[in-house]
Amino acid sequence: MGRNPVTWLGSPVFPKAAHTALADTQLRANLRKATTTIRDKRASAVAELADWEELRRAGEAIKDDVLANLDTYLLRLEESVTARGGVVHWARDAEEANRIVLDLAREHGADEVVKVKSMATAEIGLNEALEAGGIRAVETDLAELIVQLGRDRPSHILVPAIHRNRAEIREIFRREMSEAPVSDDPRELAEAARRHLRRKFLSARVAVSGANFAVADTGSIVVVESEGNGRMCLTLPQTLITVMGIEKLVPSWRDLEVFLQLLPRSSTAERMNPYTSVWTGVTPGDGPSRFHLVLLDNGRTATLADEVGRQALRCIRCSACLNVCPVYERTGGQAYGSVYPGPIGAILAPQLADDPSDEQAASLPYASSLCGACYEVCPVRINIPQALTHLRAKVVRNKGGRNPEALAMAAAAWVFADPRRFEAAQRAGSLSRLLTGAGPIGRLPWPGSKWTATRDAPSLPKESFRLWWRRNRG
Amino acid sequence: MGSAREEILARIRAAGAARPVTVPREYRRERRVADPVALFAERIADYRAVVRSGPVELIGECLGARGVRTMVVPADVPAHWRVSGVRWLVDDDPPLELSVVDGVDGVLTGCAVAIAETGTIVLDAGQAQGRRLLSLVPDYHLCVVRTDQIEVTVAQALSRLDPLRPLTFISGPSATSDIELDRVEGVHGPRTLEVLIVDG
Ligand code: SF4
Repeated sequence: MGRNPVTWLGSPVFPKAAHTALADTQLRANLRKATTTIRDKRASAVAELADWEELRRAGEAIKDDVLANLDTYLLRLEESVTARGGVVHWARDAEEANRIVLDLAREHGADEVVKVKSMATAEIGLNEALEAGGIRAVETDLAELIVQLGRDRPSHILVPAIHRNRAEIREIFRREMSEAPVSDDPRELAEAARRHLRRKFLSARVAVSGANFAVADTGSIVVVESEGNGRMCLTLPQTLITVMGIEKLVPSWRDLEVFLQLLPRSSTAERMNPYTSVWTGVTPGDGPSRFHLVLLDNGRTATLADEVGRQALRCIRCSACLNVCPVYERTGGQAYGSVYPGPIGAILAPQLADDPSDEQAASLPYASSLCGACYEVCPVRINIPQALTHLRAKVVRNKGGRNPEALAMAAAAWVFADPRRFEAAQRAGSLSRLLTGAGPIGRLPWPGSKWTATRDAPSLPKESFRLWWRRNRG
Repeated sequence: MGSAREEILARIRAAGAARPVTVPREYRRERRVADPVALFAERIADYRAVVRSGPVELIGECLGARGVRTMVVPADVPAHWRVSGVRWLVDDDPPLELSVVDGVDGVLTGCAVAIAETGTIVLDAGQAQGRRLLSLVPDYHLCVVRTDQIEVTVAQALSRLDPLRPLTFISGPSATSDIELDRVEGVHGPRTLEVLIVDG
C-alpha cells in the first residue's frame, strides 16, 4: 500500500507553515474579509430557521446511525444502484480507487475527463494519477480551475482559491487560456472560464464527480453546487464516474430533508444552493448511459474504529468550521498541508493518514486554539475540540510515556467530552491551568512547542471565547 | 488478499461501532404561512430570478421583452404555451442534437414542485420538463410554476418527489462567488432564470 496522499508530500509541520503564512499580510487580509463575510451571512441564514437546533440533532443522529450500521447501508446502496443499471466498485485505498477510475476512463476511450469539484478525488490525488496514466483531468468548478491552472494548492473547502485576488486570477487566465479575459472584473473572469470550459463540456465523453449524499434505500446520488458545471458533468457525458467516501450515506430519501437545509445554510449561507442534482443509476434517454460508483475507504474504517475520533466521519464538508476558526483565519488553508484544512482538517486528515510516523499529520491536532467555535457552528455537532484533545493525547502516547502533556491532554479530553464540563471549566478559568499548569501558556511541549515558540499564547481571558462569540457573532 | 468489498466490510464490522441509534425528528416538517405563493416569489427573486405572475399567455410578453427568437421545448408542453412570434424547436423523438440546443436563445419548461421557504423549483423530467440538458444548456430558462405546485418547506416538497426520477433543484440562475466572494450570475448554466407563476 502506498502513502495516503491526504496530506501533501513535503509539507512542513503546521507550526512552521503557519509561521510563513502569518507573515503574508495580503493572505491574511483576503482571509479575514472572506471568513467574516461568510460568517455573518451564515448567522442570518441560520437564524431564519426556528428549528435549527432540532435539525442539527437530527443530522447528528442520522449520521451516527449511518456509522453504526455502515455495512448494512453500504450493501443496501450497492443493491439499489445496481438494480438501476449502475456499477459499484469498492476501493480500499487511494491507489486502488485511482486505478479503478483510470481503467474506466481508458475503457471508454477518453484522453480527457471533466471533473466536478470533489474532496474525495482531491484526497486520493486522482488528477495526478490520471495524468500519470495519460489522461487529462479538467477541473470545471471556477475556483478549482483557478487552482489547477495556477498549479497551486486549494486553501478552503468551499472556495479553494480564496487566497487569490482578481488581479492574480487574471494573470493565471491570461497565461493559460487561448482567449484571455480583458479585465479583472469578476464577471469578465467568470465569462472567460465559461468560454474556456463550454467546448469541453459539450465534447467530453467521461465525467468524474464526488457525491454529497447517497441514499441507501433508493440508490440516489446527490450533488450540491452553484455554477452549473456540476450539472454539465452529470448530464452531458456518456459515462459518469462518481467517487465517494463510504461515510457519505444517508439511510432514506426522507433524511435529505434534514441535510438539504443544514448544508446550504452552513456552507454558502444560502437558503438553498443554486443547483442540486439527484440521479439514480441510469435513465434511458436522459443523461449518461453508464454510471460507475466507487466506494472509497482510504482510512475511513480506521477512523471508524476510534470511538472518539469517528465523529469526524459525520462531516458534510460545509466548511462552516473554517470560517469561524481564529487559527484558520490567520494562517489560511494551505498551512495545514492537507486537502482538508481548518478545524475539520485538524481532526480528519491525521486520522485518514493513519500513519503515526507522519510528523506533519501529527502536528495538525495542535492547529487550534480549542475555543470551541467550530463545535457550535457544526451542522452535525462534531465535537472538534474533544476530538482534537483526544488526538493530541494519542500523538503524545505514540511518542511513549506518561509525560505531563499526556496527562494534561487526557484531562482536557475528559473536559471536552461533555459540553457542561467544558463550560464549567472555562467559567472557572481552569482550562488553561489544566492544559499548561498555572499561568499564561508560555511554552507547550513538542510539537506544540513549535507553535508557542513563535508567539505568546495568552492564558484564557475572563470571558470565554464561547461566551464572547455568542455575544458578538453567534 | 480478499476482494476490496469483503475487506472493507470486514474492517467496518471489526471497528465495533455498531449500536442502535434513534433519530430525533423534532424539527418542523410542515409549516403554514399566510401566502406561500408570495413567499416563493419573494425568495426566488432574492436569488435574482425574474419573477412574474399572471395568465400563461404572459409567455409571449416574457419572450418579447427579451427579443427571443428561437426557443426549445419538451414535446409535451401544453400547445398554448407555444405562443406565436418565436420559432419553437420541439425536443421529441429523435431528440435534438446537443449543438442545436446549444444554439437556441432559451428554453421553456414547467416544473414538478416548488419550495417557497427556499425559493427553489424542482424539475423531475416529468410532464412539460423534458430531459435534464434542456434546462441547462441554453442561456435563458423560462419556467412556468403553477400555484398548486408550491410547497412551503423542503420536507413537504421532498415527500412529493420520486427519487428514482432524475431531479434538478434550481434556486436562481447559475452563480459563483469564487472571485473575492463577489457574486456573479451565469457561469455554466443559464444566466437568466425567469419564473412565471400561473394559477392552478
Ligand atoms: S466539521 Fe462540521 S462545520 Fe466543519 S466542515 Fe464538517 S460539517 Fe462543516
